[in-house]
Amino acid sequence: MTFNFLMQNLVNALQWGSFYALIALGYSMVYSILMLFNFAHGDIFMVGAYIGLFVATGLLALGGTGAAAALPGWLVLVITILVSMFLTALVGVTVERVGYRPLRSAPRASAAITGLMIGIILETSNILFLGGQRLKFPQLIESHTYNFGGVFVTNKKIMIVLVSLALMIALHQFVTRTKWGMAMRAMAFDFVVVPLVGVPLNTIASMTFAIGSALAAAAGILFGLAYPVLDPYMGVSLGWKAFVAAILGGRGSIMGACIAGFMLGFIEIMTVPAIQIINRLFELSIGSNLRDLIAYSIVLVILIFRPHGLFGEPYSARLRL
Amino acid sequence: MRKGWVFIISMIAIVLLVSPCASADVIKLGFNIPLTGDNPDVGASSKNAAEMYIKKNPSVEVGGKSYDLKFIYEDNEYKAESAVKASTKLITEEEVLGIIGPQSSSQAVPAGEVANNYATPMISPWSTNPNTTLDRPYVFRGCFLDPFQGPVAANFATEELGAKKAAVLYDIAADYPKGLAEFFKEAFEKIHGPGSVVAFESFTTGDKDFSAQMTNIVASGADVLFTPQYYSEVPLIVRAAKEMGWGDKPILGSDSWGSGDLMGLCGDMCKGYYFSTHYAAAGAKGATKAFIDEYEATYGKTPDDVAALTWDSLGLMVKAIQDTGGLSGDIKADRTKVKDALAAIKNYPGITGGMTFTPEGDPKKCAVVVQINQEGKFAFHKSVCP
Repeated sequence: MTFNFLMQNLVNALQWGSFYALIALGYSMVYSILMLFNFAHGDIFMVGAYIGLFVATGLLALGGTGAAAALPGWLVLVITILVSMFLTALVGVTVERVGYRPLRSAPRASAAITGLMIGIILETSNILFLGGQRLKFPQLIESHTYNFGGVFVTNKKIMIVLVSLALMIALHQFVTRTKWGMAMRAMAFDFVVVPLVGVPLNTIASMTFAIGSALAAAAGILFGLAYPVLDPYMGVSLGWKAFVAAILGGRGSIMGACIAGFMLGFIEIMTVPAIQIINRLFELSIGSNLRDLIAYSIVLVILIFRPHGLFGEPYSARLRL
Repeated sequence: MRKGWVFIISMIAIVLLVSPCASADVIKLGFNIPLTGDNPDVGASSKNAAEMYIKKNPSVEVGGKSYDLKFIYEDNEYKAESAVKASTKLITEEEVLGIIGPQSSSQAVPAGEVANNYATPMISPWSTNPNTTLDRPYVFRGCFLDPFQGPVAANFATEELGAKKAAVLYDIAADYPKGLAEFFKEAFEKIHGPGSVVAFESFTTGDKDFSAQMTNIVASGADVLFTPQYYSEVPLIVRAAKEMGWGDKPILGSDSWGSGDLMGLCGDMCKGYYFSTHYAAAGAKGATKAFIDEYEATYGKTPDDVAALTWDSLGLMVKAIQDTGGLSGDIKADRTKVKDALAAIKNYPGITGGMTFTPEGDPKKCAVVVQINQEGKFAFHKSVCP
């Protein structure tokens, strides 16, 4: 157990936490506006990754045929992220329009199972159209591993963490500095009264889904770069855990979702070396597969002491965004 | 009007008379394979081999009578519960004479119980876990066992790779990797003494991030990493190893590496690594080569070991049906006759090697160790016999 070892795990945790944070934002924003959990969000992340795969493959093929000059990998990546964020935002808006809007005045439970059903529909359509095969995400930029005195960091890891942070800051700026952001915050305050003074609820709802889905798409592409094997169920467990992060952060809090996302990644990753130390100290042989059991027990304990999450307010009496 | 009635009635009579005879001349075999789910390539390979078989042998001669073969494919979604359902459906609703599959131990172990309870012969082409056939007279397999493959990998790591300390990374929630990881550990510690497996790290099915486990493994100072995982997980594990500073040290796998599109998913990263398996496509001769050539001509890709073992298991099943010397038409009696004939097979010349069944329903056969060469092909490296 050296300093290097600790740093290495910290670097790993930063990357893993980025995905939780980006996906948790989508859950959190939708909850703050519409008071419902979009359980299809994990699968929208999956759809985003696949859209990214097709956009990137298409761009590479275009460069390969000579129809366009072969683009450098980083440019393909930037275009892929932007195009996929846009397309996935459309998917998100469609999900809201088709799945949630007709049920807005229905009981909460109906809206919740709508999300689950849309998730299953997205997964099975993927199997239907792509045959359930694993697909490899194209690697766009060459991977370099740097050795900082025994701590191994790749250029992709650095990029993933920086892009995630940039997106979170951009979202924060949008919500706090723009008129639309103000409308969203107002809607989060009360989605019954605020429309009466002329803020269009449907537009804000669509916009919220669009932003959340775009962030999920970005997460999907970054995920594809880090873990290049895509499958139709990749969003399920990641989605659940990101949902945990959204709740842990305080329902509807953007900063809370980000911090809780990174915290969750940190707890999960750090549990593995912690198990090793415990094994060595007490001569036990606990397997590292108990990671999730221990990690989520810790989350449970945190929730017992902070039932409204890290940044949540009781009774939603204040601005949540 | 009257003529019309006569015509209709006579047609019905003909259909009624003919259909029982038509169904009596068909032998139905069921396939319990993963066509969707976590490992669809395994199901696709099994089905490809079966389709090729039935195209080549549309009918079989049993006791002087010709029967048409009919294959029924049931999807087990690569899940244990679905495999149990699929086998039950094949046996009770489709009334098949025998079942091929499931392929992976995770499904073959529970599905084998169903087949044995219903007294229906089943051959799992690819399941290497001992429990699949243990105390189940109706269940057979087409490949060697994990307790054999574990020492093969441990000996190879010691003799060929000069390893003194080994690390293991495996999925604890799946029967196959868990069993094999434990057999490897046992065999390796028998050679090098207790504690020589310096890292024994696990994860659960569906995990994508192995960075924490890999950090432990790299820090443990092991000489070789053994990871008995499937083609969809190996690329992520190998990548994590490269990113966490595993360097040029060898990585060793098991026969599960050889199924599916490993090289398509893994690319250059997996080149140079070794795994133990059932047969090597590169450098094959005789009947094995004929099979490979025909498969490549039909499907445009090299058959993996699942395809080859499915082919052999089908051959074994059909041979056993022929060895019964004639079917009675009573499906329950015939199933038992086929089981007895399977158990009596000696030196069956399969394309994955000669096979003789032991009383437990496991064949005695050799393993090969292959290396993934620079062209991305699985090249023969060494043959290891029991």
